[in-house]
Parts: sequence; structure tokens; C-alpha cells
Amino acid sequence: MTELLVSLAVLLPLSGAMLMVFFGKRLGEPWAGYLGTLTVAAAFGGAAVAAADFFAGTGETVLVRWFDWFPAFGVAAELRWDPLSALMTLVVTGVGALIHLYSIGYMHGDPRYGTFFTYLNLFVASMLILVLANNFAVLFVGWELVGLCSYLLISFWFEKETAAAAGKKAFVVNRVGDIGFIVALMLVFSHFGTFRFDEVLEGAGGLAAGTATAIGLLLLVGAAGKSAQLPLYVWLPDAMEGPTPVSALIHAATMVTAGVYLVARTAPIFAASEVAGAVVAVVGAATALFAATIALAQNDIKRVLAYSTISQLGYMFMGVGAAAYVAGVFHLMTHSFFKALLFLGAGSVIHGMHGEQDMTRMGALARKMPVTFATMGIAWLAISGIPPLAGFWSKDEILGTVYQRGGLWVVLFGVGLLTAAITAFYMTRMMWLTFFGPPRWADGLHPHESPRLMTVPLLALAGLSVVGGLVNTPFRTALEHFLDPAFELVGLAHPPEGSLAFALAGASMLAALVGIALAAVRYRTYRTEEGRTWRIMGRGYYVDDVYAQVFARTGKLGAAWMAFRFDARVIDGAVEGTGGLVRRIGGWLRPLQTGFVRSYGLAIVVGSVAMLAWFLSRGAL
Amino acid sequence: MTVTPGWYMALAAVLFVIGVSGLLLRRNALVMFMSVELMLNAVNLTFVAAGRELNAIEGQISVLFVMVVAAAEVVVGLAIIVAVFRRRKTASVDELAGLKG
Repeated sequence: MTELLVSLAVLLPLSGAMLMVFFGKRLGEPWAGYLGTLTVAAAFGGAAVAAADFFAGTGETVLVRWFDWFPAFGVAAELRWDPLSALMTLVVTGVGALIHLYSIGYMHGDPRYGTFFTYLNLFVASMLILVLANNFAVLFVGWELVGLCSYLLISFWFEKETAAAAGKKAFVVNRVGDIGFIVALMLVFSHFGTFRFDEVLEGAGGLAAGTATAIGLLLLVGAAGKSAQLPLYVWLPDAMEGPTPVSALIHAATMVTAGVYLVARTAPIFAASEVAGAVVAVVGAATALFAATIALAQNDIKRVLAYSTISQLGYMFMGVGAAAYVAGVFHLMTHSFFKALLFLGAGSVIHGMHGEQDMTRMGALARKMPVTFATMGIAWLAISGIPPLAGFWSKDEILGTVYQRGGLWVVLFGVGLLTAAITAFYMTRMMWLTFFGPPRWADGLHPHESPRLMTVPLLALAGLSVVGGLVNTPFRTALEHFLDPAFELVGLAHPPEGSLAFALAGASMLAALVGIALAAVRYRTYRTEEGRTWRIMGRGYYVDDVYAQVFARTGKLGAAWMAFRFDARVIDGAVEGTGGLVRRIGGWLRPLQTGFVRSYGLAIVVGSVAMLAWFLSRGAL
Repeated sequence: MTVTPGWYMALAAVLFVIGVSGLLLRRNALVMFMSVELMLNAVNLTFVAAGRELNAIEGQISVLFVMVVAAAEVVVGLAIIVAVFRRRKTASVDELAGLKG
């Protein structure tokens, strides 16, 4: 029964996508949207039923074997149903279904309505393949498929040149990360002779520290590409060119968390190497702070959220790097609620503003869009870390665990705390610029609340953002019990208890309040920021420009050199040289052809006689 | 006096050398052709003689093959010579040096 439900969870969205490939256009609006939503919702229902045993605490890991794929390598298409993959499946299908529903309204009137839902369903199926895989090979298939869907959806409006370029950029940057991932897979196979999670993860304890570090760091390269961590984060802000539901589903809630999932799934490898785990945490902390400062100075509402996502993913990396796997996955879950809500809310604002994304031309929308404002307000408090909303509990658990590790980890804790304050600041700025102050929108624009189809998902996600954090509080560690069987191979790091826990929670809450208060005071009356620091942060520290100069330009120069120097001189030279050599040797040999039959005859006779003499002299005739 | 195989071999050698000499020294294509025939038949003679001496049938079989091939060759060769003669009004091979390098 469980096997069937788990298989259906993948196959339903996949069949939805396949159906719409052929009939998407004929189904048209809005039936393609309903079909897509229904398949994902059904997958969620099936997954919830299948996960019931885990909720009851009696569930066993279930392996669903589909077919042998590479018998020579012992690779089978096999799904793994354990608490970790169950949680990921529930998040992906649950949030995915809500975003599908929202898209029915958001994509209203788009000429490629059916295509959009085809891609969206294909994405959900791919993501489920990724999180349900029972070996690295199947995981890699999902990994690449979500990358493909991300590319297709970022450049969904490919008539716009920037959108097409953004999709290409996402694809190329992800390939850089994928190289690390592929090399990691090669190392895994050469050491274990298998790709299956069971054997690899159980054997990870016996790895030499150096090997474990190498595999861990290479996996991190792949994870950093997919999850937009330093230094491979540059594609995510540009990915905002895609439709907003795509940003919510792929670039906030699910795909970008694949890197966190990967680290959590391969936890025993990171447990075998102190260095790899620490590097993951440091990369996460650095990314969190770095992206948060950039988010401070963005005027495009979606770019604020994009940098915020990068920053929050940094938190998750910090958590899983510190061996707080439950805390990291917990934050993954709560973040997918409130960040999807923020993106959908931003989409609602953009929808109501007829495509306007610049916050300097918004303002005073609270009255015009009460539902959007109220739900985004909840998400704002949740991401800022105000109890008892979702973000507070998960962020606090990560920070607490990092602090508890002691030593230099306290520095990371400090970075995390600072980031929390900055997060509260820029989210407050975004709320104030969007919803308060004088109206700055263009004349003749009539902002309006979005239709019911779009506000219902907002309300549902708002509900989840309120209660989502309560599954794992210091008082009631339900999620930890739930996930425990998935992490039995590694020792989990825990947050402190008692008065220290309260002190840390108080500190992170204080940081959030300080951030909110500072921003509220600063943006109480509308203002635009000037000055050099602000400009530098607004441009994202010119990282894109540096990459363009260093990588794109040298790449172009290298390609030009290959085309006009290497190819023209060396390759063509070799080809033409061969021809020239034959011609020259032919020239030398020409005089041999005298044209006199008698001289040929003489040559034959002399040759025959010489051969005869040679054979005779050897006495071998 | 008995005729031993050695005599046949000697005769064949003489005929062969005459053929080679004709081939190398004469310029008329027709005569060179006849010289080639002479060489072929010299070889045929050695085949038959050796076959008889060794009591093996292969010698005679080989001769038959040589005759067949030689007949075919004569047909083609004579046709070429006639065609060339008609065009160039000469059968001297020294003047037919179109493929000179």
C-alpha cells in the first residue's frame, strides 16, 4: 500500500505533465491549471496517508523498487520512503499544490497557459524524484531535471531578452556546481562500489578523513550551485525574471533547498569529516550575512526576496554544517512556508499593480489590498523571528545549536545574530515601502486586491507560517522524534537547554526587534537611499560585474582564441600540412615515371633478378 | 642420349632470355607483345617439365591457366595497340610517353 502511494506521488504529477504536453493547449484556461493542481494535491494526499505511520512513530523505512536501471553498476530505479524524504515530499507537494492553485489566477490570460502548468507539474515530479531517490544516480536524475525545469520556467517569458539570459545564466552557473557533484559521485563509487544510500552512508564512518573531506567538499560545491550559496549564488537574483509563482515554488520553497537536503541526506559523510561540516557552516554563515546586506538596498520587491532567500538558505547550511540536521531541515520547512507566502504576496502586489515591481513606485497599498497585506504581514513577522511564528523557532534552534558547539562556532553565532537583525530590517523596509507611506504609483493605475483563487493560497500559507514552527519547539520536539530514524547513523547536535536557551532566544528576539524598530523609524516617512555604500550594496557588491569581467570575458577571449587562432592555425594547419606534404613527396617522386615502357620493363627485370638472387643466397627457395 | 628435365629447363631459360631481350630492346609494340608471349611460353615449358618430373598434375593445370589468361591478355592488348595505331599512326612505344612524370 505504502509502495503504491509513494509511486503515485511521483507518477501523478508526471502523468499530469505528460497529459498536458499533448493536450495542454486544448485544455486551455483554466482546465490545465485545475488538472495540474489536482495531480499535485492528490500526490500530497497520498503522501500524507503514506506518512501516517511515521507520525504515529511506528513507521519503517520502505524501499520501492521500480526496475533495474544499470544492472552492471548495481543501480536500480528505487525510491526510499523514510521520515526525511516523507517530510520533503509533504513540503514539496503541499506548498506545490497551493502555488499551483495560485498560478491559476496569476497566469490568467497568458498565451502559453498550458505550457506553464506542464513545466510546473514536471518540476514537482522531478523534485519528488530528487527527494525520494534511494541512490545517488536517481538523485542526480532528479537534480538535473529540476535544473532543467528551473531553466524552462525562468525563461518562460523568453520574448523578453533579460528573461532568456537569466535562464541561461541559471543553467550555466548550476553546471559549475554540478561538476563538483559529479566528481563527488565518482569518488563515492570508487570507494564504495555502489550508489545506494544504505551502503554508502553506513560505510561512511569507515572513510579516511581526507576522503570524507574531499567527498563532502565536492558535494558542497554541487549543493552551493543548486542552493545559491557563495560563490555560486549569482543566478538566483536574476531568476526573478520568471513568473512569480515560479519564484515562490522553485526559487524559494523547494528546488533551492535541494542542497540542504543533500547535505542532510549524506550526513554521515559530513559526520566523518570535521572539516567538511565546518566549511559548510562557514559558507552558510558568510552567505547569510553577505546576501542580507545586499537585500537591504534593493528596490525591486522580488529581488529583496531573492537575496533574502539566499540569506535564509545560508542559515540552513549553517545548521546542517553544525550537525544540527533536524534544525536545518526544520528551517527548510518553515522557510518554505513563509518565503512562498512572501513571494506569492509579492506576486499579488505585482498583479494588483499591473506588473510594477519597483517599490519606489508603490506605497499605501495596505488599504487597497487588505488580504495581501495581512498575510504578508504574518510572513514578515515570521521571517523576522518574532515568536510564536514559524521562523522564530527554526532560526532559534539553528543559532542555539551553533552557539552550543562553542569555540570558534560562537563567531558564526554572532554572524547569524547580526543577520537576523539585518533580515528584520530589510523585511520591515520592504513592508513599509510597499504598503505604507504616500502612494507613489503612476497616474491612472488602480491597484486592486487579487481574486479569490490567489488569496486562498495566501491564507493557507499564512496559517502554516503561524503554526508551522510549533512542531518543534524546545517544549515539544515532535519533528525531532519524527526525523530521528533518518539520522540514526549520526550524532545530532542539540541546542542548549534551560536558562541559556531562554537567553539565546531572548537575544535573537531582541535582534529582530532592533532591526524592525530601526527600519520602522527610518522609513516611517518615505525616503530613498543615497550614498556610495548604498549604491555598492544595491549593485550586489559588483560581484556580477566582476564575474562578467573575470569569467565571461576571459571565456569569450578564450573562445575567440580557439576559433581564430587555434582552429585557423593549428587545426587547419595540420590538415593543409598533410595535403602539402603529399604534394611535395609526389613532386620528388615524379621523375621516376619516365614514360618509357622499356625502362619500366628493365626495372621489373632488375628487381626480379635481385629478389631471386637474394632468395638463392639464403638458400631458401 | 636421354633428354633429362635439365634440358627442358635450359631451353626454357634460353627462350625466356630471348623474350626479355626482345621486350627491352625492341620499340615496336607488336614485337614487344610477341616477346611477352615468348616469356610466358618459356615459363609454361618449365611448368610442364617440372610437373612431369615430379609426377604432379599441378604443373599442367597451371599451364592451362596461363594459356587462358594469356589469351585474354592478347585480346585486350592487341585491341589497345590497334586503337593506338589508328590514332597515332605509330606503334613505337617511345612515342607513347603521355604519362611521363
